[in-house]
Formats: sequence, C-alpha cells, structure tokens
Amino acid sequence: MAMQMLPPDWPGNFWAHWAIFAVAILVFVLLMVMVFIWFERRALAVMQARLGPNRAGPFGLFQSAADALKLLIKEDIVPAKGDKLVHWLAPVVAFVPVVLIFAVVPFWGGAILADLNIGILYIVAISSVTAVGIFMAGWSSNNKYSTLGAMRQVASVVSYEIPVVLSVVGVVLLAGSLSMQQIVAAQDIPFILLQPLGFLLFFCGALAEINRAPFDLTEADSEIVAGFFTEYSGMKFGLLFLAEYGEALAISAIVTTLFLGGWRGPLLPPFLWFLLKVGLVFFVIVWIRATVPRLRIDQLMALAWKFLFPLALLNLLITAAEILFWPAVSLWVFVPINFAVMIILVLLWSKFFKLGWGKVEV
Amino acid sequence: MGASVAFWVLASIAVLAALAVVLVRDVFRAALSLILCFLMVAGLYITLSADFLAAVQILVYVGAISVLIILAIMLTREVQRGSPSNRFRLPAFFVAVLFFAGIGYAMLNTPWQISSTPPLEPTTPAIAGLLFGEGGFILPVEIAPLLLLAAIIGAIVLVREK
Repeated sequence: MAMQMLPPDWPGNFWAHWAIFAVAILVFVLLMVMVFIWFERRALAVMQARLGPNRAGPFGLFQSAADALKLLIKEDIVPAKGDKLVHWLAPVVAFVPVVLIFAVVPFWGGAILADLNIGILYIVAISSVTAVGIFMAGWSSNNKYSTLGAMRQVASVVSYEIPVVLSVVGVVLLAGSLSMQQIVAAQDIPFILLQPLGFLLFFCGALAEINRAPFDLTEADSEIVAGFFTEYSGMKFGLLFLAEYGEALAISAIVTTLFLGGWRGPLLPPFLWFLLKVGLVFFVIVWIRATVPRLRIDQLMALAWKFLFPLALLNLLITAAEILFWPAVSLWVFVPINFAVMIILVLLWSKFFKLGWGKVEV
Repeated sequence: MGASVAFWVLASIAVLAALAVVLVRDVFRAALSLILCFLMVAGLYITLSADFLAAVQILVYVGAISVLIILAIMLTREVQRGSPSNRFRLPAFFVAVLFFAGIGYAMLNTPWQISSTPPLEPTTPAIAGLLFGEGGFILPVEIAPLLLLAAIIGAIVLVREK
C-alpha cells in the first residue's frame, strides 16, 4: 500500500499551517456535527419504521441548519437562584476540549494540526476536561435533576476512564508510539484485527464517557428530565448539544485512527477513507442507540468495575506478552488467537458476573 | 520572547487562580479556580518542553482529583453557606507567611544549575528508561502502589458496614 505522507508542516510556514488548520478543524467539526445530527435522526427513523425529518430541503438535509437558526434566536433563560457566571461558562468549558481533540487527529498523511509525540495521551487528557463543563452546568442550574445528572457524570467518568486508557495502551504497545501519525503508519494490519478485545472495551468505555445510549444516564429523560442541561435554553443549550455530538464525532475519529487504520485504504483518496470510516463508526453508535435499552446506574458502575476493568487488564497483559515473547512472529498469527481470546474471555466473564441483565433479583 | 510571554501569562493566571481558591467564599467556585490553576501549571510544563508531564498533570489533576473534590462538594450539606473562616484565621495567616518566606528564601539562595543541552524530543522513552530501566527508580515506583493499596484497603475497612 502506497503511503503518501505530507511534510509535517504542510502547507509550509508555521503560522499559515496553524491558521489554516484551526479554521479547517472548526469548520469540519461544525459541519460534521450538523450532518451527524441529520444522519442520526434519519437512521433512527428508518430503524424505528417512521419518516424522520423530511421537510426542510431534499431528504430534510437542512433540518439541522434550521434547528441551529432556531436555537440562535431563542430566549436565553438563566435560573434565578443559579450561579450565573458558572452557568454561562459551562457550555464553553464543555465545548472547547472537544475541538482541541481534533488538533492531533490525522486526516490524511501529514495533514494534522500538531503531530504531538504524546498524541493519544493528549486526547485522553483533554477529553477529561469536558466532564468539568458538564458538572459546572449541572451544579450552576440549582436544580435537583441537573445535580443528579452531574453526579452521575462524575461517577461514570471516574469509572470508565480506566478501562478506556488501559485498552488504548494495547494499541500503543503494538504501534510502539503515542503519536497518532505513528499509530496510523504502524497499521499494516488494522488494529481492530489484532486488538478485538481492546476495541470492544474502548468502544464500550468511550460510549459511556460521552454519555451515548445505552449509557446516557446523565440525561436519562425518563428519570431526570434532561439531566445536566434541564435548565439550559437558546444557544447555550445549542453549545452543549454541539459538544455532545462533537464528542461522538471525536470518538468516531479516534476509533478510526486507533483501530481501523485511519486514513489508509486502497483506491479512494485518504481523506475520503477517513470520512467513510468515521461515518461507519458513527452509524454503529446510532445502531446501538436504536437497539440497546438504557442501563440502570448500578449496572453502569458494575459494568465498568467488574467487567471492563479486569478484561482491560487481561487484554493489556496478553498483548504485552505477545509482543515481548514472540517479537519475530508475523502479526497475522495473532489475529485468530486474539479473536479466540476475546470470545473466551467475554463469555467467561459474563458467566462470572451476572449483572442482573434484565433479571430482577429477589 | 514568545516563551516568556507565555510564562508570565500562565504564571500570573495560576497565582490569581490559587488566590481565588483561598479567598472565594463559594466552595464550588473555589474548586473551579483550583482546576484553572492546575491547567495553568500544565501550560507551564509545556513551556518547559515537558509534554508528557503536562498531559499527565491534566489527566490526573483536572480529570481525576478535581472531579473527586467536586464529588465531595456535591455530597456536602449546606454548601450554600460557603466556607466561613474560624478562629484559626490569624495563626493560619502567620504560618502561611512564614512558609512563603521560607520557600522564597530557599528559591532565591539556591544556585540553580541550568542544563545547556536541548530538551529531549520524544520525552516518553527517556522517562520510561528512568522509571523502569537499569539503575532507575523502579523501587520507589513499586513502593508507591503498595502504599496506595494499603490505603485503599484501610479505607474499605473503615467504611465497611459491620
């Protein structure tokens, strides 16, 4: 496979590079979020045998733009007894880290704002800041449902960060680098084949961290109204919404980069491959939302600590052993082995821990 | 030039945020100022070319420790009253001034050695070598988790229902 790597400071000059990429990333995030919202609504509609948005433009394509416009001109309501400054700051604090994540996402060879040699660690670190914005929103609203949502967010972030980071370490071991560019360059075999268990754990944990269904307990509308953004309206609500879908976009991009070979692929231009894979991952996220019912909060905690955490440790141990003891063996040998390991471990663990999946304990 | 501007901006915001932690009455805002302070310290690490340390600072301090502090605040009763000062106000002030003077004296009178070698480009292998390599700090690295494990078991024993 031919890999055309662009020079790291493409297209030349430091400041030009910085300015072009900053603008491009902002436009990319805003545009893709609008597309994703439309896509999710349409895909959900198909899965639930209804029509979905189909009035604004062809196939309802302009629905997201119309919604954004509506949010912009709506009245902004702040709770009278809330903390006004924090209430105002919260959406910003939630949204900024999401955009910052894209600084190290390689769109195609060399097209990256900053090829940090701590790339994936930077992502893990920056994305943890979004949680601060969410509990700022929950606390400043001075509303019990908002506070409950924020507390659930805190609990899930603390628990799910660990399996997510541990499953990323498996990828880092295989690639031998933390840099996103190097991780893509190392994937002659997409890491989803070499790290099937790691992929599963990362995907589960990431869904929980960004509050996507079935882990959307921070905004579980059947229990706590809308969780942390119950008291938000107008563009501040829009910004929180943007942060949420921005996170989904970021997770899709990170999964693409870490496990699906990033922008690499035959025939099509790299950027198109990247977009296709991101779209595919997001489709799976929507699919899961349409399929799996929401967990209870105790099930959420049990899943993190009793299921994901020990499996992530085992995955790390097995990956490290494979790399340490059989460095000369072709990586293809490990593909069937790792798949077998994944199936055995997942089956075994689901026997070990009956988490009350749907069963009512007496 | 650029680096020194960045240093002064980051350092002054860090000091202001640290002061806010102590002076602001609203406990939740104080915790948020603490987060801002941690972020600025991470920025200072970046100006020192310690990128790994900066990321870990954000991950551990902003992502984990602050989150736990906020959780503790959320479980606190009557948080609206803020943090009223008590009779230790004056003694605490004097201790703080003494501590500040001591630290300042030590800083100004230490002959700091400034390395002339340029900072390492990928910092992670060097750190890994120091932590786990030959003649590194493997013993302290292993003792710290043992201590933490003991602390965790202690905490579980303390809160366990009889």
